[in-house]
Order: sequence, then structure tokens, then C-alpha cells
Amino acid sequence: MTGWVYAGSATLIQVVTVGLGGPLLVGLMAKVKARAEGRVGAPVVQPLRDLRKLATKERLHARHASPVLALAPVVIVASTTVAVAISPLVSTRPLLGSSADILAVVYLLLTGSAAAALGGLDVGTAFGGMGASRAMTIGALAEPALLVAVIALSLPSHSSNLPRIMASTLAHPDWVLGPSRLLALAALVIVVIAETGRIPVDNPSTHLELTMVHEAMTLEYAGSELALVTWGESMRVGLLFSLVANLFVPWGISTHATVLSVVVAVASLAAKTMLVALGVALIEVRSAKLRLFRLPELLAGGFVLSVLAVVTGLVTR
Amino acid sequence: MTSTYVATLELAAGAVLLSAVMTLWRRSVSSIVAMLRLQGVALCAVAVDLALHENDRALLVTGALVLVVKGVVVPTVLRRVAKWDPRSRESRPLVNVPASLVFAAGLIVLSYVVGTRITSLSPDDATRLAPLGLATVLVGYFMLVTRRRAVSKIVGLIVVDNGIALVTFLLTSGVPLIVELGSSLDVMLVVVVLQFLMASVRHHSRIDALTELRELRD
Repeated sequence: MTGWVYAGSATLIQVVTVGLGGPLLVGLMAKVKARAEGRVGAPVVQPLRDLRKLATKERLHARHASPVLALAPVVIVASTTVAVAISPLVSTRPLLGSSADILAVVYLLLTGSAAAALGGLDVGTAFGGMGASRAMTIGALAEPALLVAVIALSLPSHSSNLPRIMASTLAHPDWVLGPSRLLALAALVIVVIAETGRIPVDNPSTHLELTMVHEAMTLEYAGSELALVTWGESMRVGLLFSLVANLFVPWGISTHATVLSVVVAVASLAAKTMLVALGVALIEVRSAKLRLFRLPELLAGGFVLSVLAVVTGLVTR
Repeated sequence: MTSTYVATLELAAGAVLLSAVMTLWRRSVSSIVAMLRLQGVALCAVAVDLALHENDRALLVTGALVLVVKGVVVPTVLRRVAKWDPRSRESRPLVNVPASLVFAAGLIVLSYVVGTRITSLSPDDATRLAPLGLATVLVGYFMLVTRRRAVSKIVGLIVVDNGIALVTFLLTSGVPLIVELGSSLDVMLVVVVLQFLMASVRHHSRIDALTELRELRD
């Protein structure tokens, strides 16, 4: 019985942590960028305030909008929430943890991306279609790299189940500095930057029609639906950052049903994801956005890194 | 102790192959040369690690030689070549960068498939890593045939040589010192001669993309 209570409360804590922490991470990255550029910047909680403001505003639909436009934000948030609930972020034993296969999590996230693209296409504006087509192109290029990196991660633990990968990493701390892990980490960082739309791939703070990718898809949303889309996007950032942090440095995650371990797990997750966010923000400050036609180069680099990770993993086994 | 030896060896051998792939990935000549320097240092780490594990003093000297030649002298010479044209980039390789990276991935998998058949004959901690050296050789050859600029071609040649050196270190714990001395000096000589050649080609015809060279003037 206590097992169920533990698993259920861990799942709940995960959803709350990522639901609140995702927007805070986005705010933190904006703050770090602003400071590095010599500006004061908005407070870290600004994304949460924006969400609250948007949530009370009126929904507006274009005249030719189909039900897809209204459905897409719900699908984005729902699929991301399910992925957050089953992944081992705070505890290695969340509810339905046995079904937290890494491929299942990847495809839950992909469901969200597909919904966002459909929402962007729905009204039939030029920007929406352009953004959706670009986002799908980037997604298609990032996916092979992601899948091969996942194979590299699941090789040593003989399982693609996320909680099992983390448990076996906890048992074998020497795996973390192995060449295979480091290469897979590099590949995953490239993929995460592409999937969250950060700077070398997409600039989240621009509305310049020539360059915007994700922003172009959300142009047709307003009010509470815009809040849902934005919230889903920042939960995605939170989930991907926590997965990267936990897959490579799982220490601190709760494995036993005690209150203390859960508190420690939430604190360490916050610290680890803040470090990842700091790193991504510094990459954003240091680099310029790549031309769209140069992106295949970056993502092919990610792919070859993940192939290297698999081969070194097989060779050094 | 043994696990540190294995971990360092794996890391260093992985770094040799990684830097070979990075030379295909990056475009600016200066960062390609920086990757070559990293490769030389990693190769030296492989040699020193093996030497410490097997108490082989000659191999230690070889490692020092590798560091001097491939980690310091060759990259410095190439850096000077790159400095003649600070904005020099590998702008139009015969195979574009994404395609060559995918091709490199194929070569790496190929060398794993072929290499493990050889290494399974006598598997131990060092020989298991030999496919990484084989992959480095293949990636170097690929760079040699698909890049247009003279500097990139020299880098490809040195990557091939580093790959061969990695395979020899891993399979035989290093060739006799005199052979390594010969081959290292050979590479250094080739680089220096090519540098002079490039200098004179540039001086006379003002181009260094070799495919644009129509005739040799004296």
C-alpha cells in the first residue's frame, strides 16, 4: 500500500515541479541572457506572471478555424503532462514507471510537436504554415540523432526503460565518464537545443518573419489557449532538461519511500536543471542563430556523435 | 588501478576518433587545426597510458615523441599556413558537410563490423578498442579525397597517420621506437615540404584550392 502512496505522490510532485519549474527555467534563461548582455532583464518569475495574465484573457478564433485549433493546445499540454508523470524525474518509481520506455516518452513529446504544427497550419495563414513546415523539418532532422543516442544510453543497462537506465547508472557510477556516455550527452544536448527551439536553431525571442519557427505557429492563438501553448512549451523545456540531467547525473533522485529523500530529490532536480539552463543560456549568448540551410550540418553532427556513442559503447563493453 | 587504466584508454581512444570527425564537421581551417592538436594530445595519452600499464619505457618515449610531433610541431606549422589567410574556410568541399558526416557515420559502423572480427581473435582491454583506430583511418581517407583546400588535405593525411598509429598502439602496444621515430619524422617532413610547396604555389598563382590549379609554372 505504501508503495502505491509513494508512487502516486511522487508522480504528483513531478507534475507540479515541472509545471511550475518549466516556466521558471525559461525565465531563468532569459534572465541569464539579459545579464550577460548587460541588461537587467525581467524577473525570473515573469513567465509565470505572463501565464496568469493570459489565462484570464478572452479566447479569439479566426473565422475559418476548425476544431483542430482549439484541440491542439490541449493535446500539447496533455501529452507533455503524461510524459512528465511517467518519467523518473523525482523518483525512480513513479506510477506507470514500467511503461516509461524512453521511446514512449520521445513519441509523447512528438505528439505535442505534431499538435503544435497542426494548430499552426489550421487557420491557413502564411506564417503558420511556414513555421509548421520548418518545425517539422527540424524535428525530422533531430529525430535520428535522438533515437541513436537513446540506443547508446540503453546499451549498458540492456533496457530502454528510463527508471531502469537510471537505477543501473546509480549502481555503476563509473559509466558516467565513459566515452560512450559523454558522446551521447553531446548529441542529446544538440537535440534538446533543437527540440526546445533555443538559439543556434531557433530564436525564442524574435518575431522576425524570416527567422521565426516556433513563434510563427503560435501567432493565431490568444488568451487562455496561448497560455496553454506557452505552458506546454515550457513544461517540455523542463522535462527535457530534467531528463538530460537525470540520465547523466542521476544522484539525488529518490529511490526509497521517505519524505526526506523526496525533498532532497526535488532540490537536487532543481539545482541540476538550473545548471543545464545556465549552460544552454550561455550557449545562446555565445552563438548566433544558424541559417536554416546550415541546420542540417549541426543536426548531422549530432547524428554522427550519437553513432559514435553507440559504436564506442559496443567496442568498450 | 586497472579500471582507471581502462577508463583513460577508452576516453583517449574515443577522443582520437571524435577529433577526426570534428575535422569533417568544422569549416574554418583554424578550428580544424585545433582539432588536430587535440587528436595529437589524445594519441599521446593512449601511448602513455599503455606504457604506464605495461611498464614499457620505450613506449613512454614514443608517447613523448608523439606529443612533440603531432601535438605541437605539426599543428603549429599548419597554424602558420592558416594564418596567411585568416578567413580561410573549407567553403565548397566535394561532398557537402551533412552528407560527409552521414558518410562518416557509415564508415564508423563499417569499421566496427569489420574490426570486431579481427579483435575477437585476441580480446583484451586494449585490442577491443582497435575498431576506433580503423574508423579514424577511414575518416581521414574520406577527408583526403573530398576536401578541396590544400590544408584540409594535409589534415586528412595526418588523421590517417594518427589512425594507423592508434591501431598499432592498441594492437601491439607500440612498434619499436626506431620505427615510430622514422614514421613520425616522415610525417613531419611531409608537412614541412607541403608547407613550402603551398607557399610557392600561393606565391605564384594566388590560389590554394588544388582543383583550380590548371598548370604549374616555375
